[in-house]
Amino acid sequence: MTNIEIVGVGGQGILTSSQVIGKAAMAKGLDVFMSEVHGMAQRGGVVVTTVKLGEKVYSPLIGDGDADVILGFEPIETYRAISKASEDTWVVTNTAPIVPFTVSTGKQTYPDIGEIYKALDEVTDKFVKMDARKLAIEAGAAITQNIVMVGALTATGVLPMSKEEMLDSVRQSVPERFMEINEKAFLKGFEQI
Amino acid sequence: MKELLDDEPGKKILLLGNEAIVRGAMEAGIGHGSTYPGTPSSEIGNTFEKVAKEYGMYFEYSANEKVALEVGAAAAVSGVRSMVWMKHVGVNVAADALMTLMYCGTRAGLVIVAAGDPSVHSSQNEQDNRYYSLLGNIPMLEPTTPQEAKEMVKHAFDLSEKLELPVLVRTTTRINHARGIVTFGELKPPAKKGHFEKEPGRFVAVPSTAINNHPRLLNHMKEAEPLSEESPFTIEYDGKEPELHIVSSGAGFNYALEAKEVHDLSVKILKLGMTNPFPKDKVSKFIKDAKRVLVVEELEPFLEDKITQIAKEVNPKLEIYGKHTGHFSRLYEYNPDIVMKAISELLELDVKDESLKPKEFSLPTRPPSLCPGCPHRATYYAVKRALGKKEAVFSTDIGCYTLGIQDPMNMADFLLCMGSSVGAAGGFSKNTDQKVFAFLGDSTFFHSGLPALVSGVYNQHDFVYVIMDNRTTAMTGHQPHPGTGITGMGDPAPMLSIENLARGAGVEFVETVDPFDIEKTTEVFRKAIEHPGIAVVIPKHACVLIEEGKIKEPLYVIDKEVCTQCHVCTDKFGCTALVRDGDVVSINATLCIGCGQCAQVCPFDAIIQEVK
Repeated sequence: MTNIEIVGVGGQGILTSSQVIGKAAMAKGLDVFMSEVHGMAQRGGVVVTTVKLGEKVYSPLIGDGDADVILGFEPIETYRAISKASEDTWVVTNTAPIVPFTVSTGKQTYPDIGEIYKALDEVTDKFVKMDARKLAIEAGAAITQNIVMVGALTATGVLPMSKEEMLDSVRQSVPERFMEINEKAFLKGFEQI
Repeated sequence: MKELLDDEPGKKILLLGNEAIVRGAMEAGIGHGSTYPGTPSSEIGNTFEKVAKEYGMYFEYSANEKVALEVGAAAAVSGVRSMVWMKHVGVNVAADALMTLMYCGTRAGLVIVAAGDPSVHSSQNEQDNRYYSLLGNIPMLEPTTPQEAKEMVKHAFDLSEKLELPVLVRTTTRINHARGIVTFGELKPPAKKGHFEKEPGRFVAVPSTAINNHPRLLNHMKEAEPLSEESPFTIEYDGKEPELHIVSSGAGFNYALEAKEVHDLSVKILKLGMTNPFPKDKVSKFIKDAKRVLVVEELEPFLEDKITQIAKEVNPKLEIYGKHTGHFSRLYEYNPDIVMKAISELLELDVKDESLKPKEFSLPTRPPSLCPGCPHRATYYAVKRALGKKEAVFSTDIGCYTLGIQDPMNMADFLLCMGSSVGAAGGFSKNTDQKVFAFLGDSTFFHSGLPALVSGVYNQHDFVYVIMDNRTTAMTGHQPHPGTGITGMGDPAPMLSIENLARGAGVEFVETVDPFDIEKTTEVFRKAIEHPGIAVVIPKHACVLIEEGKIKEPLYVIDKEVCTQCHVCTDKFGCTALVRDGDVVSINATLCIGCGQCAQVCPFDAIIQEVK
């Protein structure tokens, strides 16, 4: 069983990215069980999606320390999900912050991200960070940062699907006219690991 | 989601639980569907919006859940297979109809899907709707996966016809919002129009029929008992020389099975698919020679209490573990860890916690918030300005505007359920000397704000009734409602006027205003506050997430030369596109939609349109 915990903020394309992974696994003949967030949390709230795949998957949630990858679309959200990781877990995070309104209104503070990265480096060797938003813009559109993240996930090698199989799933999940940009975004993410 | 209409039995597709439920209904030949949207059931309606017409059935968004059930009940007694779905608390609204509908029963299959929300992800409570099955004598099924949800819905139609009773399919968030591989069965053509054969001795619920209908219901439930015993969804998972027996249903079962399979545990599991009537013989047989049984179910001890009762007869020495022994909580949803912890405690397993424990940081919270450019924020701001230093009680309601509870608005003081803002506002106005506001949205007004308005006018309540009309049911994913001029199937519909309804109810003060004009809106609220009796104010501006409400660039920026760092924009207005870094305020260009509300709020005209 391969367990992927995807975290971030509403509007980052997390549902699409999890479906790209799920569909690729299904195409490979694997079982898939996922849990998604719909409803209230979309309004700028935290989004947590889990994707579990393998010969047989029994439940849609991931226990503490049981994730194979934490794919974090926002640095503090990555950290919030860290209990899902063990020493064997890849922690892959986007470094582009999205400041919550609790901070922008001056009520709370956004922590020193450098300190958080340092703390992660201390506990795991499998910590990877990248500016997915910047890479997506380089690929041609900021909106493709979710596909950049999928590319990086693929490069960790924990998925039973190959690079080509994942790319196929990306192609099938995006509109024809954006296919080239998304392929580029995927490869940019893939090169990060 | 047109793929749902593919008539390819055996085809595999990755579906959300809610989409699988729709497919199941179509594999059963559904003819009628009705609902009022509510998380986590909303995507059932969203999916029918896309497929109902092409499939050839009738589908509607009713004004509320009670109406949805009544409409569906009439379809079913006329011979049309029907499904009605709602969130768990929606059943409270429909309960009046439901309890007596059980007495009358149905002719064609009538399936009610009630979607629970353990952990209150998106609800006002986490009530366990399984007790409705006992209260109403409703046959009940509890799916565990999207595939099973599809199969159970299909099966529920047959069951309903066999028993001549509506059948409850009780789901929870981790079924409705889980996605899994679903294998298609054969697609049946939709039910054709029916004909209502009159049978007043059964369908007119007066005392003389109720007195016969009640034993009729109990008899049918008796007939349901063997069907529950033989339910194809009740499955035993064998374990060699089991050290522990587990009985489970719903989402909790998945974690129990995962524990057994992943950790190769010698436990035996009985998964119950049909939980009302309770399969007493099946469970008796399962626990008869057991030493210990663990009951895994989210929320209340529904199964556990039954098993305790049965064990007294068949195995008085049985040790029963669950909520009563503290192995599980009656609160919130479960997960693999919670279930594994209980099992390992009983099996004395040493489960290592391998999770990373890096240095702790105090992370800022990220609660959901009103979107940048949301018209509700402007309405709240205008009310605050109009009130000045005057105190007021804010009776609020269910919708995006409930987020007015947050900083810097803090304009939510009392809320129970859909429509409660209006009745409660009247109660506050009669029993205190405080100024009172009721805040509710357009869809909620049609749902249950209307009768409370009539009651308020009649009893001469005194409050400002703010109907925040954003032209959609926004919180649940933008479904149409009676004020939008469109039906659930996408056809044109009469556009009901909230103004006319309020005037028709006898309200003298009815004013509609565009909240994006903050000055004018403030003025309207000033007048409304002074008006004796109920003053209806309708701030009307389409949700910025729907086409009608889309705003075009240019965006706004802060002129740093002019900004005095007074922080009125962040501390009093608080649009989430405004970013405060120390004392310096800027506008996040990826969040700003160019609505210009903040420019009106700034006392120094420091917020200006960007020149490109």
